[in-house]
Amino acid sequence: MSAVFEQIFQVGFLAAIIRIATPLAFATLGEMFSERAGVLNLGIEGIMLLSAMTGFTATSLSGSLWLGVLAAVLTGMLMGALHALFTVALGLSQHVCGIGVTLFSSGLAYFLYRLIFGQQSVPPSIKGFQTLPIPVLSDIPVLGPAIFNQFTLVYMAILAIPLAAFVLYRTPWGLSVRMVGENPRAADSAGVSVIATRFQVVILGGALMGLAGAFLSMAQFNAFTFGVVSGRGWVAIALVVFGRWDPWRSAGAALLFAFVDALQLRMQASGLGHIPYEAFLMLPFIFTIVAMAFMSRNAVAPSALLKPFRREER
Amino acid sequence: MSLPAPLIEMRGITKTFGAVKANEAVDLSVAPGEILGLLGENGAGKTTLMNVLFGAYAPDAGEILIQGQKVRITSSADALAAGIGMVHQHFHLAPRLTVLENLLIGIRGKGGRIDRAGGLARLAEISRQYGLALDPDLPVSALSVGEQQRLEIIKALFRGARLLILDEPTAVLAPSEVEGLFSALRSMAAQGLGIIFISHKLNEVRALTHRCTVLRHGRVAGRVDDPANTTSAAMAELMCGHEIVPPARGPSTPGEAVLTLDGISTSKHSGTTLRDVSLAVRAGEILGIAGVSGNGQQALAEVISGVRAPDAGQMTIAGQKVSRFSPREVQALGLGRIPEDRMTTGLVTNLPLADSMVLPRVGTAAFSSRGLLKPDAIRAFAEEQIKAYDIRCPGPMVRAGALSGGNLQKALLARELAFDPKVLIVSQPTRGLDIGAARFIHEKFLAMRAKGCGIIVIGEDLEELLVLCDRIAVMYEGRIAGTLSSADATVARLGLLMTGAEGHG
Repeated sequence: MSAVFEQIFQVGFLAAIIRIATPLAFATLGEMFSERAGVLNLGIEGIMLLSAMTGFTATSLSGSLWLGVLAAVLTGMLMGALHALFTVALGLSQHVCGIGVTLFSSGLAYFLYRLIFGQQSVPPSIKGFQTLPIPVLSDIPVLGPAIFNQFTLVYMAILAIPLAAFVLYRTPWGLSVRMVGENPRAADSAGVSVIATRFQVVILGGALMGLAGAFLSMAQFNAFTFGVVSGRGWVAIALVVFGRWDPWRSAGAALLFAFVDALQLRMQASGLGHIPYEAFLMLPFIFTIVAMAFMSRNAVAPSALLKPFRREER
Repeated sequence: MSLPAPLIEMRGITKTFGAVKANEAVDLSVAPGEILGLLGENGAGKTTLMNVLFGAYAPDAGEILIQGQKVRITSSADALAAGIGMVHQHFHLAPRLTVLENLLIGIRGKGGRIDRAGGLARLAEISRQYGLALDPDLPVSALSVGEQQRLEIIKALFRGARLLILDEPTAVLAPSEVEGLFSALRSMAAQGLGIIFISHKLNEVRALTHRCTVLRHGRVAGRVDDPANTTSAAMAELMCGHEIVPPARGPSTPGEAVLTLDGISTSKHSGTTLRDVSLAVRAGEILGIAGVSGNGQQALAEVISGVRAPDAGQMTIAGQKVSRFSPREVQALGLGRIPEDRMTTGLVTNLPLADSMVLPRVGTAAFSSRGLLKPDAIRAFAEEQIKAYDIRCPGPMVRAGALSGGNLQKALLARELAFDPKVLIVSQPTRGLDIGAARFIHEKFLAMRAKGCGIIVIGEDLEELLVLCDRIAVMYEGRIAGTLSSADATVARLGLLMTGAEGHG
């Protein structure tokens, strides 16, 4: 048994957690922002997939990684704007529109991918992001190689967490976002435009989801496959609840999920007994369900979540 | 006495919604330092008029002048910029944000950040100037209703309001809090602010305001220049256009107890806990339950109507012990219930009125057999009640939500009284109803009392309870703080009990 443990908890294990947590952190922060203003975005799964595709394609065609990231972010913003158009401007059901956005984005991603790359026996790949060790810091034992020898996008995710907390809690715009998500009427009577604030925040959320997609196809897998997202978007929605709509807690939730995911990967590799690998694959999701069941009892969602705002409604 | 130039003037305001003229050629003005009462029954157009002033509705005709200058107000942002602040009946606060955050919303920050220091300084200044203090870092959810209202007032002043509109501000307050509000308002007026005080409580209007404008059917029905020396009866007549005589409550001869509660306690699932509540209602008696909202009245109503089971204690209806606490059981034992919120727990707004009227008894032989509804019987029942109670509606199949509040309340009353309940529990029976409809409801209660029904009226309007009830019990923090007979009960004594001052019982 101890041999198995040694195999699991190597130096690389910590690095793997950080890597797995990165797209989840982007996606969770994006969803958290959106929900803080009262808009559930179930389009997240599809937005991540479409962004992964456009990012990959832009890089593959232009050779520039950062052009790919830009394409992915713009894709996310565009799809965020689409979701906001339906749910904020037109006040339609957030559930239905979100699922619609996911179906539409996924379909579009498959379609465009086929159109551009055709059907190839070996799926095309790109030379993705390479790890960028940060001088001095990466020499710290254990933590150094795990945290400071990563992709640039990982560093961006790490910086995005305090930045998100600052924006949400310390800026007038962040206060507007929270107020709009708690009591839009109060925000409106204070002269804050509920519609504009929600549009902005859903588009910002889309941009973060786009980064999550970009990471998957351009740093983690360096290729686009139809299963590249495989439920990470849905997981992010659960992690937002788990993280109680707070940037720090949400990021913590992403890290915890990544820990369980990294663990199950190692357990698979260790060939623990004769357990089929599918059983290990289930672990992070079982963990999410159990954690949600226990932790989300006291979680209180933003009061105006799912509620469209119309001014002259009496 | 020469009047100062008006702070704000509305001239010839007309606003129509479809075929309904909510406001027609309304003139109104407020001078600096003046408290203007805006009186009127429900639907008289008070709220519409104020929404026009606050920029929520655009008037069809008329103009608004601020210190003699014509202005156009098309949004709440315009109104705020023009120095108009409004304290709505339902507060516009975010409960999970702090006091300071609720104040700073919509206010430009400093260097891209929230200007906390500036906000604190401004809050301290307002607190000092008008005697309105609040802890800036408490979440709003930790504030009492009175404190939340104070925050709404501070919020308006924070944005530099020179005219403050308060929409029925006393509806949510205990009598002692009302006095605090009034002294704050007087101090604001003394310092040159203009105040519009919307209410239909005539005694308050007489105590506070300098002048009154009375609306009826969307028009100005009259103005009162000296409210303090005008009788309530005269003002009520202006409001409804005819004389109002309170119903006479004859002496009662209560019989056996028809409902008893003995040591009822509930755990804290939602709302306030009930703690060892014992009370009895006798046949032919009206028992009032007074108290500031949120002191356990709702839990009490839920236990009595069988919606919630208590953790300890016993309840009997007509001598029979209630064992399972289900709505069906208490109803079968003879309890009738008119819930507090007509629209959410009273009836189904999207279904036909007739369906809502038989809802609690839809499973009985009168309205169904072998699991199938008897539509003709349901319709006939509804038609009969519509006639008997003069419910104004196009017919039994109209969507229930389309009826006015008064007619809905009549429908709910008809639904319960048709089955001769032994005990009737009602919450806020006339809230939101105009004087005529309220009068009708009161008469029905007194008629039921004469027939030997025991009635519990849970209410926040002390004047109403004093008119109706033989005894009044006061709830405070989930307990019965005391019970007064109608001979002993006064607003002052009840008010003391409501704040827990005389906590025995």
